[in-house]
This record gives sequence, structure tokens and C-alpha cells, in this order.
Amino acid sequence: MTAPRSWNRLPRVAPDAVHALTQRYAGVPDGLPRPLLAHGNGRSYGDVCLTEQGTLLLTRGLDRFIEFDPQQGILRCEAGVTLAELLALVVPQGWFLPSTPGTRLATVGGAVANDVHGKNHHAVGSFGHHVRALELWRSDGSIIACRPEDDNGWFSATIGGLGLTGLIRWVELQLMPIQNPWMWVESQRFANLDEFWALNRRAEARWPYTVAWIDCLAKGKAQGRGILLAGQHAAAQAELPAFKEGGKRIPVDPPFSLVNGLSLRAFNTLYYRQPVKPQGALTHYVPYFYPLDAIQGWNRIYGRRGFYQYQCVIPPREAEAATAALLDTIARRGEGSFLAVLKTFGNKPSLGMLSFPRPGTTLALDFPDRGDKTLRLLEELDAIVREAGGTLYPGKDARMPASLFQAGYPQWEAFSAYVDPGFSSRFWQRVTP
Amino acid sequence: MNSLNRVILFGATSAIAEQTARQLVAQGASLYCVGRNRDKLMALIDDLKVRASDHQQIDGDVADLTDSDQHARLIDAGERALGGIDGALIAHGTLPNQQACQADVTQTRQEIETNALSVISLLTLLANRLEQQQYGVIAVISSVAGERGRQSNYVYGAAKGMVTLFLQGLRNRLAKSNVDVVTIKPGFVDTPMTAELDKGGPLWAKPEQIAKGIIKAMQKGKGEVYLPWFWWGIMLIIKHIPEAIFKRMSL
Ligand SMILES: Cc1cc2nc3c(=O)[nH]c(=O)nc-3n(C[C@H](O)[C@H](O)[C@H](O)COP(=O)(O)OP(=O)(O)OC[C@H]3O[C@@H](n4cnc5c(N)ncnc54)[C@H](O)[C@@H]3O)c2cc1C
Ligand SMILES: NC(=O)c1ccc[n+]([C@@H]2O[C@H](COP(=O)([O-])OP(=O)(O)OC[C@H]3O[C@@H](n4cnc5c(N)ncnc54)[C@H](OP(=O)(O)O)[C@@H]3O)[C@@H](O)[C@H]2O)c1
Repeated sequence: MTAPRSWNRLPRVAPDAVHALTQRYAGVPDGLPRPLLAHGNGRSYGDVCLTEQGTLLLTRGLDRFIEFDPQQGILRCEAGVTLAELLALVVPQGWFLPSTPGTRLATVGGAVANDVHGKNHHAVGSFGHHVRALELWRSDGSIIACRPEDDNGWFSATIGGLGLTGLIRWVELQLMPIQNPWMWVESQRFANLDEFWALNRRAEARWPYTVAWIDCLAKGKAQGRGILLAGQHAAAQAELPAFKEGGKRIPVDPPFSLVNGLSLRAFNTLYYRQPVKPQGALTHYVPYFYPLDAIQGWNRIYGRRGFYQYQCVIPPREAEAATAALLDTIARRGEGSFLAVLKTFGNKPSLGMLSFPRPGTTLALDFPDRGDKTLRLLEELDAIVREAGGTLYPGKDARMPASLFQAGYPQWEAFSAYVDPGFSSRFWQRVTP
Repeated sequence: MNSLNRVILFGATSAIAEQTARQLVAQGASLYCVGRNRDKLMALIDDLKVRASDHQQIDGDVADLTDSDQHARLIDAGERALGGIDGALIAHGTLPNQQACQADVTQTRQEIETNALSVISLLTLLANRLEQQQYGVIAVISSVAGERGRQSNYVYGAAKGMVTLFLQGLRNRLAKSNVDVVTIKPGFVDTPMTAELDKGGPLWAKPEQIAKGIIKAMQKGKGEVYLPWFWWGIMLIIKHIPEAIFKRMSL
């Protein structure tokens, strides 16, 4: 069996065993090599979902709904249900995920374990804020029911707990009512970072969803130019447009990365020049929230070697200067991704001890793995982030130094007390002594 | 075209039957699910209830299907819960440990009981019932393994082969009663039954794919179907290898 990978296809490590779970009641068979680690749908970019020893527990077979109250919008389901499967059930009944990442191929368990965030973080917080309850299976066979109102720490350890507190068997979510599956979206171009800050401030005050795509290669006066998308769920419509899902796929692994200086510059410029709709337009929720899911296997464009994703958050006071410094460094190296994403988080405190979202500005980009050259660039970025008192997203990391993790997650030692002694991940082994 | 609005599933907790159940529910069906393990069955029924509309009935019961004394009761209960039977799918089965069967005939008997005799008992009751009402469809998941005995798996093969032959005769008998009898012959399917096997390669199918084929075959009232279809070609070749050569092959 080929070992499961994470979405950025590195690191390439294989566990001793892989076990597919299919029944939530059944527990985990004795005798599997330990440590254990749950692996959802491998949509993380790095090693939070990987282990070099022990057993990966595949959770996609835990894909049953348990209870749905369509009046209150309360859904309980097994942890391996994907967000796509969940939305297919609830959207036609007028409900939506109050917080969703940019892929609907993540599982509910994975979304809890990384306490994922969406474009509406400034309005509603992250995924964990909408979890009403969850059930944890521990490797000693015990079962812990966790609710946000409990004060024993299990809930806050498990939200954003990177799969280390045990296996999440089911999750109960509070959904959000919608009128229909459509979004009202306004897009606007901004010529540089200064314009972004001003535009973004206005947009956040007014819109539940905001995110900006920026041209990470533009320099000088054009540094940070890009497009801001602001959206909200559409109002009731007399007539809705038709929507049909189509899909494209990248069928093979190119032997080298198709992302190089030339294609990168061309793409970023074209993207920036695309027509915008400041007057607004209806957009279906699928292409609005999940544009990358439409190209199956898009992660292959980086070639066999895979790529690094780099996502940091910088506290508000340092955000403007540090963002400029990060973009300077990246543009100088001519490295960077097709799409760099810039967004500000709101002030709602995250519930998880190790949750990534916190007040400030978050920047995310991909870098094809070009060996040492890439690692050196990422270290330069680390220095800027560290200096500004920022941190990196474990769900999108395959290489951050332990010191940077520990500085950014001061509760990591308190959290350790909740780690299941029978669970571990390559990430955890890398960032803790 | 057969309606599949009210269907009884035996071995409903099998991975293939579970996917079939989900797809049937999406098509508006009411279901009666019989499974051996209570926790598994309840998880399945809860899930189907969430997926179904208020107008669909989702119900079921726990039973070990080797206990054939239960069969009449289960069919009655299903018929009552659904208000009639348009179709039945028999999906339960076990993959024997061939070595253990070679060493001990009680093991072999047990496997034939589960995979063949319990199925034949259910079929006998279902056939008489549908023959009377003069409509409906009965489908059974047999296997390509029932087409030719192989050293690695001939106890399972013999049991599935018995089911396939029994169904041929039953189909022949019920043709004049407007009742379709469908033999499903999957190849390799990625389910808990095959958890021990290495699942690389193009021959492995997902249970949701097989489920789609089962529903189509039941609606159309097909006789025997290979799922996926290409197993038809593979089995054609395997069946035609002369025995003198076949006996020396390690299959
Ligand atoms: C195109 C794309 C866009 C994305 N956009 C965003 C975004 O906007 N915001 C954001 O926050 N993230 C984003 N992500 C990252 C992604 O949402 C997260 O990495 C998510 O956690 C992946 O879920 P998964 O089910 O694939 O989990 P995996 O990647 O398989 O695992 C992630 C973690 O969850 C744990 N885990 C999984 N299931 C369980 C369980 N049942 N019990 C205990 N632990 C479990 C694993 O051990 C691991 O630590 C994006 C990813 C992609 C590919
Ligand atoms: N997977 C393949 O490659 C493959 C290929 C060809 C044919 N098939 C056939 O497909 C059918 C479904 O199997 P599957 O692949 O979906 O595997 P599965 O998930 O293991 O399903 C087998 C089911 O049969 C049930 N069962 C076994 N003995 C029973 C009994 N005495 N009473 C009641 N239920 C019993 C099991 O119940 P428990 O859950 O309680 O154990 C289980 O739910 C089987 O008939 C199998 O022979 C499978």
C-alpha cells in the first residue's frame, strides 16, 4: 500500500502500518503498532497528519451522519465526513457551515484538529467556535465527551489539538441559516499594499467575508497589488441562476515543477488584470469558497518533489511593516506562488490551546521545493515573522524550527498534559523535545 | 423498469449494501435493513434517517442470518414496515480463511451455511412471496469467485457458485411471474471484507461504484451482471482455460 501523503506531497514518510476505520463504535484494534495518528483526507500541507512510526488511522470510513435538526441547524456526524458531504446534505435545507476553509475536501475531524478558519474569521471566529460537542477516543480505551462549557480542558486541548489528544469519533456543529446556495460578491482591484489596508478596513466593517489575492512578485510602488473579494450570502431571489459543477483535473505528475519564474509572473499579472466587478454579482457558493477544488490534483503542478506552503500571522501593530518586508524578500528572490492570499483575522479569541487564528494579518503562499534554496528563503521569512512576534500555521507546515513553534504557541507545555500517550505525529516530534 | 421504492436489505451493514442504501434513499426509497451487529445497524439507520425525507420509512432489525428460523419473521416485518416489497437485496457474506477450511470441515460447513444456505433459505421465502404478488425484483451479491474453483479460495467459490446456479434456476422459474432475479458478480471491491489484501492496481473498485451498478441492474431487471463490467472479459478468459492447464496455475 502506498503511504498516505499530505496535500503538498512532502515530507515523504511511511508509517509502520495503515488501518482504515469504518465503525465509530468499534474502537481501534489492539496490537496495531503505536503511536497512533488520525489521518483525515490529507488536506494539510505538511506533517501534522503524518507519522514515521506506528499506525495511521484513516478516518474517511467514519462518514455517517448521526442526527440533524433542520429547525435548529444542529448536525452531529462522524469525524470522517467531508465538508462537501455535509454541505450536500444541509445546503438544500437552508443551512451552511458558519466557518469553512478554502477546500471542501477536508473532513470534519480534520477541521476541528486544525481549528480551521475561513474568509469570515473577522465576523465569526474559526471552526472551533461552532462546535457544540465532540467525542474523543483515547488509546487506553476510555471515551471523553467534550463540550465548550466544560472546564476540564479537554475541549480546548482538542480544538486545534492537531490530532494529538486522541481520535475524534463524532462532532456536533451549530450551522448557520442561508436563503439559498448563492453569494453576493463584490471584487475590487487595489494598486499596492497601502490601498489594501484602507480598502480592507472598510470591507471588514461591512462584509462578513473578505479575502485578497495578491501578486507576490510585484515590486516597488506596485508591491502588494491585488484583488479584494468581499462577499455575503445572497438574499432571497425571485429566480436563481443555473449552476452546474464541472471539473478539470491534472492527470499526471510532471517531472519538474510547472511553476517557474516565467509562468509565475505571467499568471500573477493576468490574475491582477482580470475584470473586476465592483458593482457586485451573484456567485454560487462552490466556486466562491472552493475555487481550487475545481481542479482535481492541482497540487501536481509543482511536480514530483512537491511544495511548501507558508502561512504566517502577524500581530496588528507590526502587520503593515512585516507584510511589506515579507513581500520584499519573496519578490527579490523571484519565488512565490500563483496566488498569495492576504487576510486579516478578527479579535475573537480562539478556543483551542494550539489554535492558529489570532488577531492580526495572515499571509499564505506556496513555494515549489527547490531544496536548500527554498529552505533558506523560508528561514529568511521566519526571521521577519519572529521579529514581529508572529507565528506559523502548523496545518501548513513541514519545516518550522521548534523554537518558532514554541514561541508562537506558549501554551504548548500545558497542552502536552492532554496529549494521548499512545498518539503522536511527525510534526509533534519535530517541534517538541 | 422495476420500481425500487420499498426495498429490504439483508446484510445491510456490508460496505456495498450501505452505499446501495444511501443511493436508494437519495432516490426516494423506503428501506428495511437487516444486519447482524446492533451498533453497526443503528449507525447505518441513523445515517439513512438523516438523509431521508419525512415521507420515507427507514427501519430494520438485528439478526444473524444463519438462523433461518428468523427469515420468515424478518420478511414479514419488512413488508409491514414498508407497506409492501418492490425489491430485496441479499448482501451478507464472509470471506473464509481457506487454510482453516482445508484443515477442518466444520469450518467449511459454516462458510457454506453463511454464504450459500442462508441465502437459499431467504430466496425460497422471498420467491414465493413475490411470485404471488406478480411483481418485484430480487438481487443477490454473488461473486466472480463463483465462476471457477481456485486453490486459494474454493470454499468461498463453491458457496458463491451454488448461489449463482440457484439464482439461474429461480430466474427461469419466476420469469413468467413478472419477477426479476438478478445475480451481482463483483470483482475486487475495497471493503472491510478485503481489508487484509493489498489494494493497489486498476482492478479494485469502490463500493459506491458497485452500488450504482446494483441499482441499475435491479431497475432494469438484468439477469447476471459483472461489476465493474470488465470482469466479464476477465472471467471469459478464466473460464475457458483448459482444466489441464488451469490445474497447474497458482491462482
Ligand atoms: C485548497 C486548500 C485550501 C485550504 N484553505 C484553508 C483555509 O482557508 N483555512 C484553513 O484553516 N485551512 C485551509 N486548508 C487546510 C485544511 O483545511 C486543513 O489542513 C484541514 O485540517 C484538512 O483536513 P483533513 O480532513 O484533510 O485532515 P488531515 O490533513 O488528514 O489531518 C489534519 C489534522 O487533523 C487530525 N485529524 C483528522 N481527523 C481526525 C480525527 N478524526 N480525530 C483526531 N484528529 C484528526 C490529523 O491527525 C491532523 O493533525 C486548505 C487546504 C487546501 C488543500
Ligand atoms: N469485497 C469484495 O471484494 C467482494 C467481491 C465479490 C463479492 N463480494 C460480496 O459482497 C457482499 C458484501 O460484502 P462487502 O464486500 O460489502 O463486505 P463487508 O462490508 O464485510 O460485508 C459483509 C457483511 O455480511 C455480514 N454478515 C456476515 N455473516 C452474517 C450473518 N451470519 N448474518 C448477518 N450478516 C452477516 C457482515 O456483518 P458484520 O458486520 O456483523 O460482520 C457484513 O456486514 C458479500 O456477499 C461478499 O461476498 C465482495
